[in-house]
Amino acid sequence: MTTVTVVERIMSANDRLAEQNRARLDAAGVFAINLLASPGAGKTSLILRTISALAPSLRIGVVEGDTASVTIDADKVSAAGSPAVQINTGGECHLDAVMLAGALPQLPLPALDLLIVENVGNLVCTAAFQLGTHANVLIASIPEGDDKPYKYPAIYRGLDAVVLNKMDLKPYVDFDLAYFQRGVEMLNPGLALFPVSCRNGEGMPAWLDWLQGRVKRGHA
Amino acid sequence: MHELAVTQSLLDLAVRKGSEYHARRITDLNLVIGRLASIVDDSIQFYFDNLSAGTICEQARLHFRRVPARLKCQDCGQAYELEADLTDCPHCGGANVRVTGGDEFYLESIEFDQEESVPA
Repeated sequence: MTTVTVVERIMSANDRLAEQNRARLDAAGVFAINLLASPGAGKTSLILRTISALAPSLRIGVVEGDTASVTIDADKVSAAGSPAVQINTGGECHLDAVMLAGALPQLPLPALDLLIVENVGNLVCTAAFQLGTHANVLIASIPEGDDKPYKYPAIYRGLDAVVLNKMDLKPYVDFDLAYFQRGVEMLNPGLALFPVSCRNGEGMPAWLDWLQGRVKRGHA
Repeated sequence: MHELAVTQSLLDLAVRKGSEYHARRITDLNLVIGRLASIVDDSIQFYFDNLSAGTICEQARLHFRRVPARLKCQDCGQAYELEADLTDCPHCGGANVRVTGGDEFYLESIEFDQEESVPA
């Protein structure tokens, strides 16, 4: 019997492929975000709002991760005038670096400034898989409850920004913003937080400024 | 259910390491999982038993060392560990605390029987 020390991250194979995706995006001069959320938080609404505000001055492409071959989201993005590629995960609960690597050649990367990768709606599984994007952005929404950072710490640990959607419902739901923020700070100090309503557009300018700044700054 | 994909990564890693060391049969895998990593031990062993059939990891046992979340209070400086839910500082009761660790998810070591004659 022999014992050898390994000490290697179990996701290291996926992480290496993610690095290759990153190199490909960098070579084409594309800034990419991995958009995470639970189902129904407003990922597609935020994408559509973002496209309508920033295109065509920013050239935006979208990868839609879905668990089935339903093209509702991709169709909406195409209708908004941006190139969209759908990844059907075949029931898998997350995107991984291999799936994104398969989608990138289907996009006109040199003709894009920003690529938004809409991950599968899930706060657990998606946290384990790096894609090679430059920033992880989560959309939370206030009807989901203010305790989500405490319940899904892994996903909050890896974020670069949180968009807090459905602020227009504030009068109707019990959502303690201070408690939510405290959980976020605990896990990811200084994380950018943007309360918005994709429905009425409230709060969108701050999110759009942040995003444009990151795209301009490039791949920090 | 991402444990299936995660377990496949684990198996690939173990088989690759085992081959490097000319292992004939890997008997034990020692894993470290932080409290904040969203991984369920039971399902990993279940998937591993299925995926590893016919590989050098067949019938290997998985050992999980769970490590707690580590936090530090920004107000009083108290460092503390948590096995369960994230809570305020146990020393001063302050809410101004930061997570400093607990995301671990790695293969620490493997135990194996070696091939009879190891090439030089």
